[in-house]
Amino acid sequence: MRQNLQLAVVGGTDADANAAIRNEISTIFEEVLGRPVSIRDDTDIVEDLGMDSLGVMNFVMAIEDFYDISIPLDRIAQIQTVADLIAAVEALRSGRVA
Amino acid sequence: MTILAKHGAYKQAYDQLRASGVDPLNVRFDAVTSPTEGVIGGQAMILLGTNNYLGLTFDPDCVDRAIEATRGQGTGTTGSRVANGTYGGHKRLEEALAKFFGRQNAMVFSTGYQANLGVLSTLVGRGDHLMLDADSHASIYDGSRLGHAEVIRFRHNNPDDLYKRLRRLEGAPGDRLIVVEGIYSMLGDTAPLKEIAAVKRETGAYLLVDEAHSMGVLGETGRGLAEAADVEADVDFIVGTFSKSLGSVGGFCVSDTPDFDIMRIVSRPYMFTASLPPGIVASTLAALEKLQAEPSLRETLMRNAHRLYDGLKAMGFEVGPEANPIVAVAMPDQETAVMFWKLLLEGGVYLNLALPPATPTNVRLLRSSVSAAHTLAQIDTVLSVFAEVGRTLGFLPSGRRRIAGAV
Ligand SMILES: Cc1ncc(COP(=O)(O)O)c(C=O)c1O
Repeated sequence: MRQNLQLAVVGGTDADANAAIRNEISTIFEEVLGRPVSIRDDTDIVEDLGMDSLGVMNFVMAIEDFYDISIPLDRIAQIQTVADLIAAVEALRSGRVA
Repeated sequence: MTILAKHGAYKQAYDQLRASGVDPLNVRFDAVTSPTEGVIGGQAMILLGTNNYLGLTFDPDCVDRAIEATRGQGTGTTGSRVANGTYGGHKRLEEALAKFFGRQNAMVFSTGYQANLGVLSTLVGRGDHLMLDADSHASIYDGSRLGHAEVIRFRHNNPDDLYKRLRRLEGAPGDRLIVVEGIYSMLGDTAPLKEIAAVKRETGAYLLVDEAHSMGVLGETGRGLAEAADVEADVDFIVGTFSKSLGSVGGFCVSDTPDFDIMRIVSRPYMFTASLPPGIVASTLAALEKLQAEPSLRETLMRNAHRLYDGLKAMGFEVGPEANPIVAVAMPDQETAVMFWKLLLEGGVYLNLALPPATPTNVRLLRSSVSAAHTLAQIDTVLSVFAEVGRTLGFLPSGRRRIAGAV
């Protein structure tokens, strides 16, 4: 599944990439929370999704596994909304390839 | 609105806890009379939450040497080593620690907490990578924030996850430092140190082990998990504390790294705080000698730990994964945990109620720490109080209540 999702991103525009990551993140949220969620760029991960600190940690680790990245702790502390998370994933992914 | 209103969520949770008639974060002792006995609200207590693993707090030699040093050198140093100088005792304690661990260098800090702050913030800096076990003690997390390294958290006790994260850093400049604990303070589980040492070797990282709860507890001669797992050569830095098996207060770091002493002029938690007073240094030295001279303390400690762990497990309580002097019993929810803790106290047993966020994975724990100073009779009393409270709360699964010799 991961190969397909990543392929969808390659060669697209930034907007396409963001939309693809948002979809992937949404799926990961649903797996971690065990219920359907609806997210937008301005969704607040803690407030709107009702995650506690353990939930956030499990979620972050699932994101890290999926994208094969590590999000440093200071970076995690800056992430509040889905848009922040997408930006972090994009930056770390491209940083890794470069 | 006050300036502290930002902590409203914590206040609310704490108020709610206190409304149920207990305040586990503020227990008042009328007296503490031995390593294993105290008095709370006029009632005699068996102390089972002290981290006093070897039971040395009342050891006559340790007490005498503290008194002697205090009489001879005063109650305090009134300043840091860089300003007020090093006393003979500081030097002797550092030499004794280096010798005990078989290392070239040792450095003493004023608490174990500060040892982690001082060492972690100094070993790695901007451009370096600090790899922390997710269940690390607060002092490790705080130390990681005092420095400027990039901090990456790996899954608790999971060498594969650690390896994966180090592989992701391949090609990036900077040092890598892996930090794990000997025995984890909440559940009493040990780190898979052999596997972690293998990851360290393969990835060229440095390895630091915090032996706070394992010094004097694990290993043939009490040097901790690194000794027990036979990987001391792979461990670059050991951090520890005097506040547990050595029965006093203070912290340390030992290492073979040749330029070790530079830490004394760059580590701020070492430089900008008062050094340990002579009395503390003297009792710590005495306790370190005792730890080495009396290996039977460790045997008694482990015997007691097994008695408690096996007994609780046989009754059907959910205990941690390993029989170590930290024995944690998982509670199904906060209400039960608080009630259970309160009834244990009423039954004369004092231990730690550990609630999130202080616990890993949001578990609620009744956390005991066993001492070599406990008698088997005390442990059996504890077991019978546990059984009684378990029955009162309808908590123990039926048919598994009996434990031979205890209940
Ligand atoms: C793993 C660990 N490291 C460090 C410390 C800090 O030690 P101290 O209480 O001596 O400051 C503790 C306990 O408090 C601990 O559990």
